[in-house]
Amino acid sequence: MSFYGLVDGSEASLKKYLSTLSGVDQVGADARAAMLATRSIKTSSKRWAIDTAISMVDLTTLEGADTAGKVKALCTKAVRPDPTDASVPSVGAVCVYNDMVGIARTHLDLIGGQHVGVAAVSTAFPSGRASMAVKIQDTQDAIDAGASEIDMVIDRGAFLSGRYIEVFDEIVTIKEICGTRAHLKVIFETGELVTYDNVRKASFLAMAAGADFIKTSTGKVAPAATPPVVLVMLEAVRDFYAMTQVRIGVKPAGGIRNTKDAIKQLVLVNETAGPEWLTPTHFRIGASALLNDLLMQRMKMDDGYYASPQYVTVD
Amino acid sequence: MGEKLSFEYAPAPESRAIVSIKPKYGHFIGGKFVAGNKHFPTINPATEEVLSQISLAGKSEVDAAVKAARKAYSSTWSKMSGKERGKYLFRIARIMQERSREFAVLESLDNGKPIRESRDVDVPLAAAHFFYHAGWADKLEFAGLGTSTKPHGVAGQIIPWNFPLLMLAWKVAPALAAGNTVVLKPAETTSLTALLFAEVCQQAELPAGVVNIVTGDGSTGSLIVNHPGIDKIAFTGSTEVGKIIARAVAPTNKSVTLELGGKAANIVFEDAAIDEAVEGIVNGIFFNQGHVCCAGSRLIVQESITEELLEKLKNRMAKIRVGDPLDKNTDLGAINSKEQLLKIRELSATGDSEGAERWSAPCDLPSKGFWFAPTIFTGVTQSHRIAREEIFGPVLSVLTFRTPQEAIDKANNTPFGLSAGVWSEKGSKVLWASQQLRAGVIWANTFNKFDPTSPFGGYKESGWGREGGRHGLSAYLKGVSHE
Repeated sequence: MSFYGLVDGSEASLKKYLSTLSGVDQVGADARAAMLATRSIKTSSKRWAIDTAISMVDLTTLEGADTAGKVKALCTKAVRPDPTDASVPSVGAVCVYNDMVGIARTHLDLIGGQHVGVAAVSTAFPSGRASMAVKIQDTQDAIDAGASEIDMVIDRGAFLSGRYIEVFDEIVTIKEICGTRAHLKVIFETGELVTYDNVRKASFLAMAAGADFIKTSTGKVAPAATPPVVLVMLEAVRDFYAMTQVRIGVKPAGGIRNTKDAIKQLVLVNETAGPEWLTPTHFRIGASALLNDLLMQRMKMDDGYYASPQYVTVD
Repeated sequence: MGEKLSFEYAPAPESRAIVSIKPKYGHFIGGKFVAGNKHFPTINPATEEVLSQISLAGKSEVDAAVKAARKAYSSTWSKMSGKERGKYLFRIARIMQERSREFAVLESLDNGKPIRESRDVDVPLAAAHFFYHAGWADKLEFAGLGTSTKPHGVAGQIIPWNFPLLMLAWKVAPALAAGNTVVLKPAETTSLTALLFAEVCQQAELPAGVVNIVTGDGSTGSLIVNHPGIDKIAFTGSTEVGKIIARAVAPTNKSVTLELGGKAANIVFEDAAIDEAVEGIVNGIFFNQGHVCCAGSRLIVQESITEELLEKLKNRMAKIRVGDPLDKNTDLGAINSKEQLLKIRELSATGDSEGAERWSAPCDLPSKGFWFAPTIFTGVTQSHRIAREEIFGPVLSVLTFRTPQEAIDKANNTPFGLSAGVWSEKGSKVLWASQQLRAGVIWANTFNKFDPTSPFGGYKESGWGREGGRHGLSAYLKGVSHE
């Protein structure tokens, strides 16, 4: 693999590549994210943002209590989020655990949801604490069952102890398994990496290793997709594009629960990476509760009043 | 849907219904609004719409204001305990917060600055100055300025048009806390928020004559500066006028503080956090249309990162939203006056003619009103006029350096010394640079941050004295013994 000519796969070259990254000033990044959060998105732009956000949702259920019934219900919702309004777009993908992938794919295909992807969390999600053999098998299983997207976690322990080459090699290995059959999203668990310097470093590491998307969090650790963390990652994909002409996607996940939060994310994308990223191909939002709030806000814009929550489906 | 890539923000204008502007204003003297004689229009610089007619104070009005201030000083304010004075200041601060939206909208209408700035910066900071100084009013003996300080008496205060309400707060709050009464003149293009502040004084039941506001132009300012009944002059504005004032008060007993121009260096070292440095550069020069005396108008960047930094800066500048100041998404509003716009154009033209390279962000400027696109000049050297003179607009001069000492030498090579910025992730370098820079305020890895507790003021031609903090308070007291 060429790694975009940025590294040659050796530890020395990876170290050198990461050492060229500029630092991130936390106070400044927080301030920029806070300023962008003041953008006032109303009327036609709000309507556009709501539909765009719906199409970017990775509708997620990642629970020990997940069943076939639950996953099928989620798939139905994913294809047709509002059963009373066909103009509502489908979401980007459903996101499930490894053993639910086959059920999700089959059900989506059955109900005309061929265009909705199935994302499988992988590599011993959420902790990443397993042997490489297990992580490989985890990914292979999911792809064989029909996953079109793999959401892998990085080994945060290796990253925090400075063994970047291990993190890099894991991503490279998983990417090879994905091949052309599945898109690879690399989850950093930014709440465990803690510093923005680490987030920037992890972003560049994952992009060089072959990530198609970089993703903030598992949803199991707080804080997750805070606006400044997403800002730092969007700056990273923007800068990576300038270096390689390759557009890597970004997926915030965790803590984005309502329309306001989602619109703030879209503003961050628009004014940081740029409008070219404002498509489900390059930006996804990992969420569960968010979708219903987007639907409620959409109805409110059409009808002029807030409907009872009973008018959106609980799945 | 899904086809459209661009995220166009629909107009999000703040309603102006909250403000009621009278067709004509007088002066605020002795606790009452009194009619003026001559009038001149004040306009919205974003549309050139005439907002109101402002009175031009002549000798009789200034005399009346000084007389009212003297009377209030002798009979009421100087006899009142600090604790009681503090209560009035707290009350004013609270009313300013309660009426913050009204102040913000009026400020944006009259000045042209974006509502985001008037709402999030100017008005909250103005209230903060009153809160801060309210706390000092009954603790002057403990400010470390000596135990036998006394107010000067009547303070004459002349403020600029770039932060009309905030500069009023910087002047009035410490003066009142220290026990002075004031005669204040707002700038001729931006009198409206000062006149609204006069209403707040009434609402707070501030004793008549403690605050007097006379409006007018330089001739009114001159009457205040030369008035024998005034004990202290505080001026914020151009260095040119500052020098005139310094000459005028030199043969008198008047105390004086001057907060004047600047040509601040914003130094970016190669080890800076580059995206945040870009934000800091943008905030340094494009905040408030560059109408900021401490604006980071000279970017001094290490040669090794110049190309990368400028590319990022241009990319960022292209995202600056220029337009309707009342739109909540506007980043850069209107130039305050035609006169100022012409000055910016003239100085920018010298940048072209002296061989610097101009780049302006692509943006549609409204056809009416006074506008100037965010602009940078590269290839600027120390001998260019745009590297030496204050443009006071959204125009950045970019210079480069090779070694840290060269950066410092260039930064200090100016008649001004109000502020400076240093960008580096290396703490030792930041501390070293801050010690070498000859400027009153040094920001490290940030820019244009203000706080009432922090003294603000300049070296050299940037002024005399400090405003804010204990240092600023001391300017409104006599008998100060510095520890």
